[in-house]
Amino acid sequence: MDYDLIVNILYATVRTGTPLILVALGEMVCEKSGVLNLGQEGMMLMGAVIGFIAALETGNLWLGVTFAMAAGLMMSLLFGFIALNLSANQVATGLALTIFGTGLSAFVGSDYVGTPLVGIEPWHIPLLSDIPFVGRILFSHDPLVYLSFGLFVGVYLFLNRSHAGLALKAVGESPQSAKATGLPVFKIRYLAVMFGGAMAGLAGAYLSLAYTPLWAENMTAGRGWIALALVVFASWKAERVLLGAYLFGAFSIMHLVAQGLGFSVSPNLLAIMPYLATIVVLVLLSSDKARVKLYAPVSLGKPFHPAD
Amino acid sequence: MIFKLERRVDDSRWMAYLSPILAGTLTLITGSILFWALGKDPLQTLYTFFIAPVSDLYGWTELGVKAAPIMLCALGLAVCYRGKVWNIGAEGQLLLGALAGGALALQFLESDSALALPLVLVAGALAGMAWAAIPALLKTHFNTNEILTTIMLNYIALNLLLFSVHGPLKDPGGFNFPESALFTEAVTLPLLLEDSRMHIGILFALFALVAVWVLLSKTFVGFQIKVLGLDTRAAHFAGFKERRLVWLALLLSGALAGLAGVCEVTGPIGQLVPQVSPGYGYAAIIVAFLGRLHPVGILLASMLMALIYIGGELVQIELNLPLALTGLFQGMLLFFLLACDVLIAYRIRLNPRFNAMRKPSSAALVNGADANLSTHSQ
Repeated sequence: MDYDLIVNILYATVRTGTPLILVALGEMVCEKSGVLNLGQEGMMLMGAVIGFIAALETGNLWLGVTFAMAAGLMMSLLFGFIALNLSANQVATGLALTIFGTGLSAFVGSDYVGTPLVGIEPWHIPLLSDIPFVGRILFSHDPLVYLSFGLFVGVYLFLNRSHAGLALKAVGESPQSAKATGLPVFKIRYLAVMFGGAMAGLAGAYLSLAYTPLWAENMTAGRGWIALALVVFASWKAERVLLGAYLFGAFSIMHLVAQGLGFSVSPNLLAIMPYLATIVVLVLLSSDKARVKLYAPVSLGKPFHPAD
Repeated sequence: MIFKLERRVDDSRWMAYLSPILAGTLTLITGSILFWALGKDPLQTLYTFFIAPVSDLYGWTELGVKAAPIMLCALGLAVCYRGKVWNIGAEGQLLLGALAGGALALQFLESDSALALPLVLVAGALAGMAWAAIPALLKTHFNTNEILTTIMLNYIALNLLLFSVHGPLKDPGGFNFPESALFTEAVTLPLLLEDSRMHIGILFALFALVAVWVLLSKTFVGFQIKVLGLDTRAAHFAGFKERRLVWLALLLSGALAGLAGVCEVTGPIGQLVPQVSPGYGYAAIIVAFLGRLHPVGILLASMLMALIYIGGELVQIELNLPLALTGLFQGMLLFFLLACDVLIAYRIRLNPRFNAMRKPSSAALVNGADANLSTHSQ
């Protein structure tokens, strides 16, 4: 493999990992508060379609990004109402959100399939992008990639260095004790769910406005689900989310590697790679029951009633 | 908040049955508002969606054609969900059943053996079962979350099917279309009714319905699965072999979904194509919940879901509305169901505090304000 190919593969890895980072960071914050939202795929799809339509109709890509985040947020409010207010089973509600989001996005976007759009252009950071090797891989991307770097730092600091992050984690560990110390458990969980929704919407916008600027039904192709596995892989730690997302990004672009090495493999077989990798990773990480127990938020997925 | 939720002493049996009906009604109301917003006559659209498809005998046979695979998948899922085994993989198990059964069917292009069809059907069911065995093994031996593994296996199964119809199983005389050769009569399901597409797959579904009903309500294994789902620790103390139950639920579910898949390709489709399933495996999740994880409920819910599929096609053809309405209606139905299910454990009361604001005399009601919607935030 030559130098250019390696650089291009790493460049593509960062691009492919970006939507996974966004949605997985959101889901991780949500899970840290004790809420399991399996609706990531549905929220991402809604973000992708609404972002695309808004950008196309207004001619403003950033308005599209804003609308996409709002769409993800609205979807998460739907989840919040049913799973938190009405304390329905979180697994079922999350599934419902994905099924609903898949249907609604296909419905809303049916007139926009195949419409071309000039997406968000790369933004070469002066000086930094001129550094050999690293400059191309890290600093010649579109702005949403840089935003993902910033959001990663933000979530990391929030969870590990801030008071609010501590409160969030307390709620996820033991809502009863959190409530006893005067923390607004319900409000914190709602905010965490909403953050997860906005991030999923943003991840969707990345796909439909930057990664491949178009709308196609089910274009997220299971990334929302892979992100859920990523959170387990990351043991609910932000830095490992970043690592995991790029690892999965690399698995998703195996076709580039294969072409570079002169193999011709069926694209359908290569498409299996990220899903297969997800299963392998889950097996490796979950088989140690004690480890998962150690890191997972204790009250994850359990409804909580302040008055019960 | 004007209303508040008050926990019932016991779960309401009535509401458990009423909730799906309520959810269906709310979906219809929301649907008509949607049609109205789209500039269509709501009544005419609802008629085209839900009544016109079953206004003649052919419509009813088509309902059977679509309900059979959904019912087969949903029955298996109900067994899983009763034991809190979250199998989301009926779609993948169905696709693999179709793929394996279809691949075998292609070996019988020159044969008229009476054994061919049964062999193909068994192969399909076994393939679905094998596909479900993967998450079963991973869950019981590696503690892996079955929601995620079954979802991933759905995507893998779909890509295996795509690979096969684009590659090894592609019809050499098929002008390069991604589809297999047409199956011969020896490996095609017999029709139940002439001039229709209704094949004997519906009989398999009805047989499975009775079998699952017997399993769940008349056998000790069914009882064990139920206990496992209600209280894992109680199941442990009672000495139930949890692993064996997980395996049983997943294998049964996989076999039924695989059978559904092979019946689709040997029945109405007649060859392997990329679009074997319009999401039957996912629709079956909704059907399992809507049918209250009970075989009779699932029979009714499968028919409703089949109607949503056919109705969605009809409004696309006749009223030029997007086919995606089908998915939208499915999602809405599940959401409304989950929302209405809150009424099983809670009753809605006018919030006493809201009352108190208007009528100071009723302020005495403010006690035991449990699960109050507005006090959640305190």
